[in-house]
Amino acid sequence: MSMEKSTGRRAFEWFEARLPIVSFIDNAVGSKYPAPKNLNYFWNFGSLAGFMLVTMILTGIFLAMNYVAHKDMAFDSVERIMRDVNFGWLIRYMHANGASFFFIVVYVHIFRGLYYGSYKAPREVLWWMGLLIFLAMMATAFMGYVLPWGQMSFWGATVITNLFSAIPLVGDSIVTLLWGGFSVDNPTLNRFFSLHYLLPFVIVGLVFLHIWALHLPGSNNPTGIEAAPADKIPFHPYYTVKDAFGLGVFLLFYFAAVFFAPNMLGDPLNYVAANPLVTPEHIVPEWYYLPFYAILRAIPDKLLGVVAMFGAILILFVVPWLDTSRVRSANFRPVYRILFWLFIINGLILGWCGSQLPEGLPLILGRVTTFYYFFFFLVLMPVVGWMETPKPLPASIGTPVLKAAE
Amino acid sequence: MANMAPAHAPVSPGSDGETRRDFLLHTTVAFGAVGAAMAVWPLIHSMNPSADTLALSSTEFSLANLQEGQAIVVVWRGKPVFVRYRTAAEIESARQVEIKDLRDPAADQDRVKKDKDQYLILVGICTHLGCIPLGNKPMDPHGDFGGWFCPCHGSHYDTSGRIRLGPAPNNLAVPPYQFLDDTTVRIG
Repeated sequence: MSMEKSTGRRAFEWFEARLPIVSFIDNAVGSKYPAPKNLNYFWNFGSLAGFMLVTMILTGIFLAMNYVAHKDMAFDSVERIMRDVNFGWLIRYMHANGASFFFIVVYVHIFRGLYYGSYKAPREVLWWMGLLIFLAMMATAFMGYVLPWGQMSFWGATVITNLFSAIPLVGDSIVTLLWGGFSVDNPTLNRFFSLHYLLPFVIVGLVFLHIWALHLPGSNNPTGIEAAPADKIPFHPYYTVKDAFGLGVFLLFYFAAVFFAPNMLGDPLNYVAANPLVTPEHIVPEWYYLPFYAILRAIPDKLLGVVAMFGAILILFVVPWLDTSRVRSANFRPVYRILFWLFIINGLILGWCGSQLPEGLPLILGRVTTFYYFFFFLVLMPVVGWMETPKPLPASIGTPVLKAAE
Repeated sequence: MANMAPAHAPVSPGSDGETRRDFLLHTTVAFGAVGAAMAVWPLIHSMNPSADTLALSSTEFSLANLQEGQAIVVVWRGKPVFVRYRTAAEIESARQVEIKDLRDPAADQDRVKKDKDQYLILVGICTHLGCIPLGNKPMDPHGDFGGWFCPCHGSHYDTSGRIRLGPAPNNLAVPPYQFLDDTTVRIG
């Protein structure tokens, strides 16, 4: 090949020699990142989460151009966005429903990691970074929900900040510090807006750490066994195309909600302006907090309830050591696999309990499911991993396919 | 299953050397680019004036208390609008100018309403860089041509609000307005 390099090519190489950003991206999610060839559609949800993060930041920036973080004007400014700002309704519905769809995507992503053992050595820190992102998302979503300053915003903020009053000795001082006053008021709204704008960029930073930690061992795969170089294909174009297709399917669902049922996941009471003198009869958090809310209410003690609620998330950090099985993928673990699906159903029931008034059946069911939640992690995970006989693992990712082809 | 087609089956190029795969790639990228542009438009358009801002685009005011030689400032779309009750001498001096010598040629008659020659209504924003020229109050500087003088960069406007000296390129703009009756004006 005696072809002369084109001017564009030479300019590109000049730039790359000084700031190799294209190679950096190519190494991270491009043709230089070898990924196992057997990733199934559950592996789409990582890039979907990244897409939702960008969508939330973009729509959020434009909402912030029209939002007023003042207790007397916040509610009206949101209504102005809905009625007067060009496409304001679209941007706000994309943002509000985007939060729900971001959580749907992230929950699938987390449960995929849990099912296929993606948290096990050597991916523990990768798992931790993901959990930190999850925690930052919960804080961001909570503060974002406060901003419209409706009844649910106000009373949600009151209840959640009051959780910290359960801390012995310093609890009340901490709550006063969070509020910047003696109740949820204008200073609270101002700082929540500031932090709601900041935290997504912290999440972006954590995403970089998450991807960095991913690239040392590489992606896990549905078999859970190490992928040999022969069993890997370049991320681009194979998985960029697959992710793009998955994104298209995902967007159908996302925009079906945005255009046809934009308030389905929201509480109608948040279209009533905040009133510090009247608590709504039934306060419910957004759906993505409901299982944890049910755990909080299942325990008839203020401090222990709060500890259990936070513990339900923090326990995920030690899952790599609670799980004693040497096999990653639940596909090869006949007993654990059943317990895992029970855990998923258990979580859905917990969520339902969280949406109901805490009395009668929902309370009893909430207690049973809270028990199973912790029993699963603290007892079943270590014991089953120890006693279970896993199915034989294939010698390589390609082996079962080649055998079937013979 | 030994006759499985290899994953990278060569795709035969068409007569112009383009393969089916090239076609698919280019249409996909084109659709993606159009889709991205359509997705960005609502975000950008949200920065344009909103419905409540556009609703404020007309202002009414009365000339009943304005005396000859006086000027008032009315706010229209957040901008100052100069309303000047000109004296006969000011109108005379504005009409004696050789129009073709002006930087932004315009006849004084075209800058006022017929039979309302005394009322000069202008957007009070210097066409140079947006400052508000002085000249509405008696003690203000009026510039070398008896109209307005912009203190920012020294533009002089005459008694018809036309640029005569200094860096501004255009005359002070005449906003769209109409007389609802003898003394009531609606701008916008």
